[in-house]
Amino acid sequence: MKIVVCIKQVPDTTEIKINPLTGTLIRDGVPSIMNPDDKCGLEVALTLKDKYGAHVTVITMGPPQADDVLREALAMGADEAVLLTDRKFAGADTLATSNALASALRKMEWNLIVTGRQAIDGDTAQVGPQIAEHLDIPQISYAEEVSYDGDKTFKVKRQTEEGYQILEADSPLLVTVITSGNKPRYMSVKGIVEAVEKEVHTLGAADINADESKLGLKGSPTKVHKAFSKGVKSAGEQFEVEPEEAVGIIISKLKEKFII
Amino acid sequence: MELSTYKDVLVFIEQRESNVQSVALELLGKARDLADCLGEKVIALIAGESITEKAQDLIYYGADEVICIDSPFLKDYITEQYTQALYQAIQSRKPSIVLIGATTIGRDIGPRLSARLCTGLTADCTKLEISEDRNLLMTRPAFGGNLMATIVCKEHRPQMSTVRPGVMRKRETDLSRIGSIEHFSPNFDTSKFKVKLLESVKEERGKIDITEAKILVSGGRGAGSGGFKKLKELAKVLNAEVSASRAAVDAGIVSHDRQVGQTGKTVRPNLYFALGISGAIQHLAGMEESDFIVAVNKDKYAPIFQVSDLGIVGDVSQIVPLLTERLAKEKKGR
Repeated sequence: MKIVVCIKQVPDTTEIKINPLTGTLIRDGVPSIMNPDDKCGLEVALTLKDKYGAHVTVITMGPPQADDVLREALAMGADEAVLLTDRKFAGADTLATSNALASALRKMEWNLIVTGRQAIDGDTAQVGPQIAEHLDIPQISYAEEVSYDGDKTFKVKRQTEEGYQILEADSPLLVTVITSGNKPRYMSVKGIVEAVEKEVHTLGAADINADESKLGLKGSPTKVHKAFSKGVKSAGEQFEVEPEEAVGIIISKLKEKFII
Repeated sequence: MELSTYKDVLVFIEQRESNVQSVALELLGKARDLADCLGEKVIALIAGESITEKAQDLIYYGADEVICIDSPFLKDYITEQYTQALYQAIQSRKPSIVLIGATTIGRDIGPRLSARLCTGLTADCTKLEISEDRNLLMTRPAFGGNLMATIVCKEHRPQMSTVRPGVMRKRETDLSRIGSIEHFSPNFDTSKFKVKLLESVKEERGKIDITEAKILVSGGRGAGSGGFKKLKELAKVLNAEVSASRAAVDAGIVSHDRQVGQTGKTVRPNLYFALGISGAIQHLAGMEESDFIVAVNKDKYAPIFQVSDLGIVGDVSQIVPLLTERLAKEKKGR
C-alpha cells in the first residue's frame, strides 16, 4: 500500500503573544512546528504501515525551510519526503494551495492520501477536501481512526457534534485527521540519524505540470482585503478587594444589569 | 465569468434527521441583512429526505424563496451526494453569495463544493458585510485568533463563506412573511457514490449545547477537578451551564463539548463568568462577544481582564463558594 501524507509547517500559534498596549502580534521567537492535525495524520499512516506494511511519503508546500518538518516526519518513520517550493506558489489561498498539491499528487502513486483536518495558522479545514475534489476521489473528514481490511477497503471513524459515524470506502480515498484519535510517536534515534542522510525531493511549478494560472496569488479567488489586530477592548472595572466585598460587588453589578 | 448573472444570497439549510440546525436560522438572519443591503433576495436551500414541510418556517425566518431538494439519496449527509445536489442547484440558480454553517457537515461540503465551483471559500467568518462596490467582505480570525483578516472574492462567483454556530443571531419569526417554495431535482451520478455510512452513534456528551446557554460559568485548569465541583454548584444556582478553557479540557477535567474558544465553541451568552481563566487569545476568540463578562483571577495582569466588564482580582476557590451562597440567599428572598 502507498500512503501520501500532506503536512504543513506552521508557527506555533499558542506561543504568539499580543502587545497589550498596541494590540499587535509579537511574532519574534515564535517556533515553527509540524501542524498538530497533520502530525496525527502521519501517525495514522505510520500505524497502518506498522500493521500492514506501507510506503509512506510526506509532502509539504512551503519555503525551503519547511525541509525541517519533512526531516521530522522521516525521523518518525516516513519513507520518502517531497518539498514543493517555488515563488510561483507564494500567496496562495486554499484553492490555489490545493491545486498545487493535487498537481504534485497526480505525479505520485497512492492508495490513501492523509491530511490534517486543519492547520493552526489558518484553521480553514479546506485544503484536504479541495485536493480530493481536484483528484476526483472520495473524502472523509474529521477522521479519528482509520482501519484497513488488508485489501482495499478502509473504515473510518468520523467525529461529529453528536458523537461519531463509521464510514467505509475503497481506495483511492482521502481522509482528514483530527488530533483526538491518537498520540503521534516520537522521533526515534535511529530515525533521526537516517533522516539527516535521506534525500528530500524538491519540486517546483515546472516539475508538476501545473496550470500556472491556478497557482499562487494569481490562482487564488480569495484575496486579503485587509488584516488588522483586534485591538484592545477597553477593559471594564477592576477591583482588588477581600472576597466578601468582591462578592457584594458582583451581585450588585448583576442586579444593576438586570441579569439576576 | 459573467459576474452580473449572479444574484441573491443563498443559505444552505443544514438539517439532521429532519431537524433544521440552529446555525442555518442564524445564517438566514444574516442573509436577510445582506440581501436588504443589496436589494436582492434570500434563498434557503434545504436538502434531505421528506424535508418539504420545513420550507414554510424558513420563510418566517427571513427567506424569500425556498429550494427543496428531496431525495432518498440525501437521507443522511454524505459528501458526494450532497455536493452533487448543491452544485447543480447553485449552477442553475446562480446566487452571488452562498452561506454555510461551519459545522462538521458544513466544513466538509464547503471546500468540496467551492473546488467544484472553482470559486473561493472563506472559513469561520465572524463578520459579513457588503462593500461599497457590492462585494462581500468576509472577516475572520487567523493565527489562532491573534489577527483578523477581511477577505474578498471579487472575480469569482458565488462568494462563499462558512460561519460558526452562535456567531450570528437568529431573527424573530415573522409569520406574516410570504415567499415561494420550489423543488429542484438533481441528476445524480450514482457511480460517484463511493462512501458508505455504516453507523451513526450519538454519545451522551452531545446532549448539552453551551452555545444555547444564557449564562455560562467557565473555569480554567487552575480550578482543578475539586474547583469544578464548586463551579457546578454556582451554575446550578444561576441556572447556568458549566464551560471551560482548553487547558481544563486537555487536563481531562471537563469534556470537549464544553470547551470555549478557537478549537472549541463560540459563545455569546448574556453573562459569562471566567473563573481562574487567564485568557489565552484562543479562549478570548470564543467568548469576547458575550454581553457581560465577569472575570476572577489571582493575577491582576491576566489578559482576561482586558475583555471583562467586571474584573475581580482574587482567589476563585474563596470567591465562588461565597458567591454561590449569597446568590442562593438572594433567590430565596425573592
